[in-house]
Amino acid sequence: MNAPLLSVEGLRLAFGGVLAIDGLTFAVGEAEIVSVIGPNGAGKTSAFNCVTGFYRPTAGSVRLRGRDITGLRPSAVAALGVARTFQNLRLFGEMSVLDNVRAGTHLRIRQNVLDALLHTPRYRRSEQESTEQAHHWLDFAGLRGDRYGPARALPYGEQRRVEIARALARRPDLLLLDEPAAGLNHTEKAEMLDLIRRIREQGVAIVLIEHDMGLVMDVSQRVVVLNFGREIADGPPDEVRRDPEVVEAYLGRDADEAEIEQARASVAGGRDGGA
Amino acid sequence: MTGPGEGAPLAEAAPEAAPAPRAGRRGAGPRSIASRLMENRWAGLAGLAVALLAPFVNATPYALSVMTSAAIFVMLAAGLNIVVGYCGLLDLGYIAFFAVGAYTSGVLSTRLGLPLIATLPAVLVVTVIAGLVIGAPTLRLRSDYLAIVTLGFGEIIRVTATNLDVTGGPSGIYGIPGLTGGPVSFYYLTVLVVAVAVVGAARLGRSRLGRAWRFVREDEDAAEAMGVHTYKVKMAAYVAGAIWGGLAGVLFGAHLSAVSPGSFTFLQSALVLMAVVLGGMGSIRGVVVGAVVVSLLPELLRDLADYRYVAFGVLLIIVMLVRPQGLWPARPGEVPK
Amino acid sequence: MSQLVWNGLFVGSFYALVALGYSMVYGIIKLLNFAHGDLYMLGAFVGFAVLGAAGGVSAAMALPLLLLVLMLTMGVTGLAGVALERVAYRRLRGAPRLSLLITAVGASFALEYGMRAAAGADPRVYPVRLGGTTLEVLGARVTLQQLTLVAVAVLLMIGLNLLVTRSREGRAMRAVALDPKAAALMGIDVDAIISRTFFLGSALAGAAGVMAGAHYGKIDFMMGFLIGLKAFTAAVIGGIGNIPGTMLGGLLLGLLESFGTFWLGGEWRDVFAFGVLILFLTVRPTGLLGERVTERV
Repeated sequence: MNAPLLSVEGLRLAFGGVLAIDGLTFAVGEAEIVSVIGPNGAGKTSAFNCVTGFYRPTAGSVRLRGRDITGLRPSAVAALGVARTFQNLRLFGEMSVLDNVRAGTHLRIRQNVLDALLHTPRYRRSEQESTEQAHHWLDFAGLRGDRYGPARALPYGEQRRVEIARALARRPDLLLLDEPAAGLNHTEKAEMLDLIRRIREQGVAIVLIEHDMGLVMDVSQRVVVLNFGREIADGPPDEVRRDPEVVEAYLGRDADEAEIEQARASVAGGRDGGA
Repeated sequence: MTGPGEGAPLAEAAPEAAPAPRAGRRGAGPRSIASRLMENRWAGLAGLAVALLAPFVNATPYALSVMTSAAIFVMLAAGLNIVVGYCGLLDLGYIAFFAVGAYTSGVLSTRLGLPLIATLPAVLVVTVIAGLVIGAPTLRLRSDYLAIVTLGFGEIIRVTATNLDVTGGPSGIYGIPGLTGGPVSFYYLTVLVVAVAVVGAARLGRSRLGRAWRFVREDEDAAEAMGVHTYKVKMAAYVAGAIWGGLAGVLFGAHLSAVSPGSFTFLQSALVLMAVVLGGMGSIRGVVVGAVVVSLLPELLRDLADYRYVAFGVLLIIVMLVRPQGLWPARPGEVPK
Repeated sequence: MSQLVWNGLFVGSFYALVALGYSMVYGIIKLLNFAHGDLYMLGAFVGFAVLGAAGGVSAAMALPLLLLVLMLTMGVTGLAGVALERVAYRRLRGAPRLSLLITAVGASFALEYGMRAAAGADPRVYPVRLGGTTLEVLGARVTLQQLTLVAVAVLLMIGLNLLVTRSREGRAMRAVALDPKAAALMGIDVDAIISRTFFLGSALAGAAGVMAGAHYGKIDFMMGFLIGLKAFTAAVIGGIGNIPGTMLGGLLLGLLESFGTFWLGGEWRDVFAFGVLILFLTVRPTGLLGERVTERV
């Protein structure tokens, strides 16, 4: 059997004495959408940071198509076809929107310092290709605003699109989205849902951290649930939403039957905001 | 103002490869007449023309010497701009590379009797090594540590030059051969070299590497996530800055025919930084103008000698508080066609 | 041998005093205050001016008078530090780090050349010179005045440590250093605490300036430049932001320099010190007593 696109095994991460992640195991297949959910502080973003090389896990391994990428620096992980967005937008604020997305093409631009100094045909060609690609992914992400002004001047929702376009311009096989719908209004959320589906149609697998249960249940093939660093469930959305431990995690141990019932309904129905 | 050494960013004149316009793209908003004038593609060439014509206005030995120094200062500022302006790394000992270049060519030409031009390969090798040696341990650190380590590095180079016999001790090296026959031809050679250096820096700044520098400046984590090896990219900025500084040092030695440790104090590093910050970090045109202003202003304000450095210090603070982007800010990216 | 140790400890106590201000300011607003060494220079000149105004001093009165001047100078440089923060740094607290650093360089520049314009470029001779009786302690030649200066330095450091660890003020300072936002939510006046930190740090630097003037006998407008670098080195060795660590770092740097100078020759002293700095930053950037922190995204 072929190795899955991403497989995370026995991941542990400790900050000093605090275990941020305590044994996380999950896999993502090609063009699959897997959501990672859990209350705030459950270790979701830490898990992203371990997968993308920003943290070195204390134990466990991260494999990409069977290849061990644990402990590689983030740029090396990116070079292997992994792209990500950040929970708090991390755009290059003073640079133009277009240049932001061109960052995604960095590894594909074939030019050296001499090409740049002499403005050789290869330089012009590679720059043009990079610009074209950036425009393409901005179109794909549905950006409406000015592409030549500084990225920080765009409205929040548009900045989210730019960040995703930047990640897509990397042409990843695996895309990690950290709360892409946070802070978006109703219409924007619907558009984000559509965008995520279209990304998957491009053959890109997605790992999604999201608090909007409606969006998660709608779009994911599988859902992984974390609580206090521990993995408490991994399965298809329908299964996970009926899992008593998951409901309890979202509500607390002392919840009575009625509350659990209520929570079950809200998890099933989709809820906004922080959980 | 006669602007000697306003090396022209000729590259600005080169048309950008522009794809066909698409729906949904808007150009930058309405810009002021002043900024349109400054962004005019001919501004760079006009600056070069001024530099080339200046000797016809005033060619006294003193004026030529001042203008040559100003041109060399422009090259230094263009080099520091790569490190500070593009990459966002504060280098407070930049003058060290200037010293390394000047001393390497000076020592080789006077001790071995080499013509100055023949020392260039050695200068390149030594400045690159200097850049790597100081960059390797420090570029992994927080940016503010880098600032103070480079400050210390600047002092190390100066103290070492003062203490060694081969560098002539406190009195330095005399009798460095010139590069050309006379002061006028040397001025033109300097302007030419500096113009090439400025255009080169501008072209690097707009290339793949230059964008990577700015990604690092804006957000190192996001740059890494996009596959930019930030450590290597910072090192490249550092080495490029070292090369620019080292080559400017060769011009400096040829210009004065002597180098001594007194020319490479922190004051000099601070003045180059002043030029970059005042003109506009990351904006090559701004930096060229800043360098010309900072190098010529003291000539105009000789009577106020005691206060001019106070004024520079205060000006640094005011620029940061009021207009951190400098007098002539960098554009966020290319201009739509 | 014991002479080298004594010399090292003596110079090291100056370094430690200056380094403390560096370290405290860094701990609380994460700014390398380049102008800190120049506050030391300012202290030396303030002391110089006050002593000059006091007129001729008999040798017997030199020490008590010096201590009085020390207190006065600490007040002046402390206020100068507060003013510096208020005018130059406060408005840039949320700005990019580069802007703040450049502002600090500008402040340093303005102080240095401002003093040059006011007092001239030539070194000034201090009106009080502490010579005096030499004692023999464990084979090292020590003057009574040196002992006094070290004692004053140690007392100042002990006082500072008590203030920071025991007092309500100190608790507030540590809270702001840990998390300014949370501290503000708990009702701590963050601006006031930062001002007080600048006051304390700058006052210590001023004290060190007067002591250096009295000991070395000569002062000039650039005297703060090198000591600023050395103080930073000391802070890094001990662990920047950590007060006991910084004191330790100061003494250690003094000792290292003392022995380094003995082996390599005085002209290489500064090169040796920066070599140590670069080594520490490479091998253990958090310093001896600094905690290792995992960098978080």
